[in-house]
Amino acid sequence: MHTLDEKWQDMTPGCTITGNGTSKLFNTGDWRVAKPIFIADKCKQCLLCAPVCPDSSIPVVDGKRLDFDYDHCKGCGICAANCPFGAIEMKEGE
Amino acid sequence: MAKKDRLSGNEAVAVAMRQVNPDVMPAFPITPSTELPQYFSSYVANGQVDTEFIPVESEHSAMSACIGSEAAGARTITATSSAGFAFMWELLYVAASNRLPIVLALVNRALSGPININCDHSDGMGARDSGWIQLYAEDSQEAYDNYIQAFRIGEHPDVQLPVMVCQDGFIISHGVQNIELLEDKEVSKFVGTYKPERALLNPGTSFAVGPYSVTEFYFEAKRAQAEAFKNAKKVVKEVAAEYKKLSGRGFSWFEEYKMDDADYAMVVMGSAAGTGKDAVDELRAKGVKAGLIKIRMFRPFPGAELAKALSGCKVVACMDRTESYNTQSGPIGADIKTALYDADLAKIKVLNYCYGLGGRDVTVKSLSSVFKDMQKADETGKIGKTYRYLSVRG
Repeated sequence: MHTLDEKWQDMTPGCTITGNGTSKLFNTGDWRVAKPIFIADKCKQCLLCAPVCPDSSIPVVDGKRLDFDYDHCKGCGICAANCPFGAIEMKEGE
Repeated sequence: MAKKDRLSGNEAVAVAMRQVNPDVMPAFPITPSTELPQYFSSYVANGQVDTEFIPVESEHSAMSACIGSEAAGARTITATSSAGFAFMWELLYVAASNRLPIVLALVNRALSGPININCDHSDGMGARDSGWIQLYAEDSQEAYDNYIQAFRIGEHPDVQLPVMVCQDGFIISHGVQNIELLEDKEVSKFVGTYKPERALLNPGTSFAVGPYSVTEFYFEAKRAQAEAFKNAKKVVKEVAAEYKKLSGRGFSWFEEYKMDDADYAMVVMGSAAGTGKDAVDELRAKGVKAGLIKIRMFRPFPGAELAKALSGCKVVACMDRTESYNTQSGPIGADIKTALYDADLAKIKVLNYCYGLGGRDVTVKSLSSVFKDMQKADETGKIGKTYRYLSVRG
């Protein structure tokens, strides 16, 4: 994992990254300017939201979606636009 | 035991390629380097090498395939010239920044336009900032020797950089001369087996090559890349010393010819160095203290050492077989002047010549005229035009 205080002497040759699934370490949630809010009461668990998420930030366990992974959700709003039941609301500025 | 043969530059490098027996060669033919993939594919067809030869649809693809292959951990080579080399441009930088020690045989040819198939250094010189180590040869023998050393230089853990082994199109690539070859087993022992520490196909490890680098990391990555060039300087010297022990031939960064007491020195690269040495001999016979420096390693540039070698001269003439369009110098001229200035030797007069473009003949007579110009500048104390064109009509 490269960190912001890393010196050039510590760079791997060619910036190669060792290990699997290292994109998890990059918290793209920092980029978010609008936050999706999951309203569980309105959700019918149709699961139309999870596959359209570009960042796999809607965890699905045992056939049910859970709350958002805010570490990686960029707040694009595609899930909210796809929800037929109004169970996802975008909150600007959060 | 050395074996004597008579080979053209392309034939000599093809033999070196066979002796190295690399893992992969993606290549696309272009004059005057066409013979390299041609000879090599016959070695593949005859079962003389174990190499996977990939006949790609373009040079852009050739270098792309080289990058994938080298990143996988395979020793990878290619060959090209001029326009084909230019078509690799984007990938040259990718190969270098990913620190992949690909070896490219560059047979120097003019870039279009006007379209021309003959020798100059505009292709190689254009890529001087691409992050590749560049070695230039005076003749077939040096092209062969440089080629074998390139693997040890580029693959060294402190270097991990691609290497361009350059020879002058037609003049070297198609000119037959007597040369000495190493035995096959000597070459394979010298280059050794390629075992990169990091490779995509290393079992049990996983890693990513060529990730996006944001502003916070790009600069550090480039700084680290530049450090590898400092290391390369040392490694080029060490490998040259080891190769000399094996073959009895060679020198490291540049060759000094009659430089001990030289007042007038020509700095030149490639086949014209041989012609320049003849000019020096003629002038020496007349009592003129002429000398010559032939650059072998152009990137990294051995500036401090060249300045030291030139420190006793009154006038220096830098010979550039390319045009830089800055209206004041060519690449060798610019680098030599920087080196002299930094060494506090700015008092040395420097003439810079653009010569030999598009295969224009370089003769003992034309190079002697450069020494005459140096003498005149010294005797009159007037340098005149510092950037000049040699043997152009008008």
